[in-house]
Amino acid sequence: MRTETRPTAAADEPIQGTSLWSDAWKRVRRNRAAVASLAVVAAMVAASLIGPPIIEVSTGYTYDLIPTDRALVRSFAPFRGPGGSWSALHPMGTDIAGRDLLARVLLGGRISLMVGLISTLVSLVLGTAYGATAGYLGGRADEVLMRIVDVLYAIPYMMIVIVLLAFFGSRSPLAQLVLLFVALGSVSWLTMARIVRGQVISLKNQEFVLAARANGVRPVAVIARHLVPNALGPVIVYATLTIPSVMLLEAFLSFLGLGVQAPLASWGSLAADGVQTIAVFPWQLLCPGITMAVTLLALNFLGDGLRDAFDPRGRRSP
Amino acid sequence: MRRFILRRLLVTLPMVLAVVSITWGLIRLAPGNFYTGEKPLPPAIERNLREKYGLDRPWYVQYGRMLGNVVQGDFGVSLRYAGTSVNSILSSAVPVSAALGGLAYLLALLIGIPAGTFAAVRQNAAPDHLSMAMAMIGLSVPSFVLGPTLVLWLALTWFVLPPARWEGFGAHLVLPTVTLSAIYVAYIARLIRAGMLEVLRSNYIRTARAKGLPEWRVLLGHAMRGGLLPVLSFSGPALAMLLTGTVVVERIFALPGLGNYFINANLNRDEPLIIGIVAFTSITILVLNLVVDVAYGLLDPRVRY
Repeated sequence: MRTETRPTAAADEPIQGTSLWSDAWKRVRRNRAAVASLAVVAAMVAASLIGPPIIEVSTGYTYDLIPTDRALVRSFAPFRGPGGSWSALHPMGTDIAGRDLLARVLLGGRISLMVGLISTLVSLVLGTAYGATAGYLGGRADEVLMRIVDVLYAIPYMMIVIVLLAFFGSRSPLAQLVLLFVALGSVSWLTMARIVRGQVISLKNQEFVLAARANGVRPVAVIARHLVPNALGPVIVYATLTIPSVMLLEAFLSFLGLGVQAPLASWGSLAADGVQTIAVFPWQLLCPGITMAVTLLALNFLGDGLRDAFDPRGRRSP
Repeated sequence: MRRFILRRLLVTLPMVLAVVSITWGLIRLAPGNFYTGEKPLPPAIERNLREKYGLDRPWYVQYGRMLGNVVQGDFGVSLRYAGTSVNSILSSAVPVSAALGGLAYLLALLIGIPAGTFAAVRQNAAPDHLSMAMAMIGLSVPSFVLGPTLVLWLALTWFVLPPARWEGFGAHLVLPTVTLSAIYVAYIARLIRAGMLEVLRSNYIRTARAKGLPEWRVLLGHAMRGGLLPVLSFSGPALAMLLTGTVVVERIFALPGLGNYFINANLNRDEPLIIGIVAFTSITILVLNLVVDVAYGLLDPRVRY
């Protein structure tokens, strides 16, 4: 990363320079909404990671345990049979099959967050590679590459993703997850490519790049070592905002029954189950739904906070 | 400008054919087909059916015929709804989706533009924070949570509005429209706010104020024109999103629109119907994008074709 330490003559007491990163971090910390959102996201990640084992140890329930054993059912005193009931044992009640909803919501959180993160990484890699190449090569190549992006913008992606998932959807939950990562990642890289290209174009004529090229560094290495790290700020901001939008897409697909397959669950598929019984057991929709909304809200606030911190133009305080 | 429009229209056909080809390729590469279902047909019947629909010909003949159909705007006969042409399904489903999407976007503009403008004028004050917080909530609550919650509350508890189904324009459309528009209200309010903040700092606004125009005329006559540009360029992708967003909303409210047919066609492996809907959607998106680009040039005199 570029740390801009001012050259000083008095070498025994160097002036501590502030980098773009430490400045930005300072501004994020001053933004209370962003800090609170960071805490919420961290809490959600922690809960979805350590929650299910805790529930399993303390109550014996897991996300896919359907209580059929009568002795087991009776041993949990306030349980009022399958169909959903609230008790201290089931803080979110149970689902239609008698499974503990809290355990399912936490598992859904694991999967939804994982899909959001990995698909964003896929789009990050694709978009950065593509945009950096276009911006660095410039001229004809740039024009052709970006025209392709313009063309791709006008394609009804979700339709193609729906076709892909409906026809190639696999019965193995794991293969289905991988398919989801790839499908969602390849849908959301276009804007990333544009952002990276813009950054690279503004950077590539600066002296440090010229110096690297004069030293005989190969183009690939110039892109990877010198241009991409310096373009990272806006990319990270955009990636943070991509996570909630990808999670929303995944939830849509799972809601339609094309995403995560049973017995696994994501917030979208839990909501789809909940909608079936909304008139009788509304919490089966509201619990996963509100959990998801709160998480997305926190991620969106965090992304906005990061953007304000990195982009001096749109800063709120004068 | 006429040359610009002509050039764009010329690109439309190859692009639609490319999208359709990708879709067709995906369908054909996938294992299984329309006839591999839970209950396999007797071989003789399947052979006859395949012959009837031309599915016994080599793949390149079928592909060529499919492209020819798309070019002529006649997508053939649905496999699932036997005897019904894809075109007649489209002509019954498109008005439903168009009414829903159009009303939702209109509602989003009607709420989003005033909210965003107000937020920009009162930057960093209470109205700004309030409308931006509302916008953030609109961005974060998925439609499949908002929609059923509204149904639960307004239709199943208070009995004010009908919960679902399509019965033409009227009360049945209220809940789906509100559900679908929420996220667009949020997007538009945020875009207008950012655009107006940028414009309100510019020199021509200072000039307008200096010559003594009343503030409302500065806002509506001068600033709004520039502030609307981001919304305009958002409208292209938004309409594409609207078409996919309706899939979920149509599903929740059991509306017989394009999205609902599309999902069912995929689950049934109804190839002609899938191809028809994809082709129709692509053409719509391309034409709407062109309209947006032309309108952009009319609003912003700096743009040259």
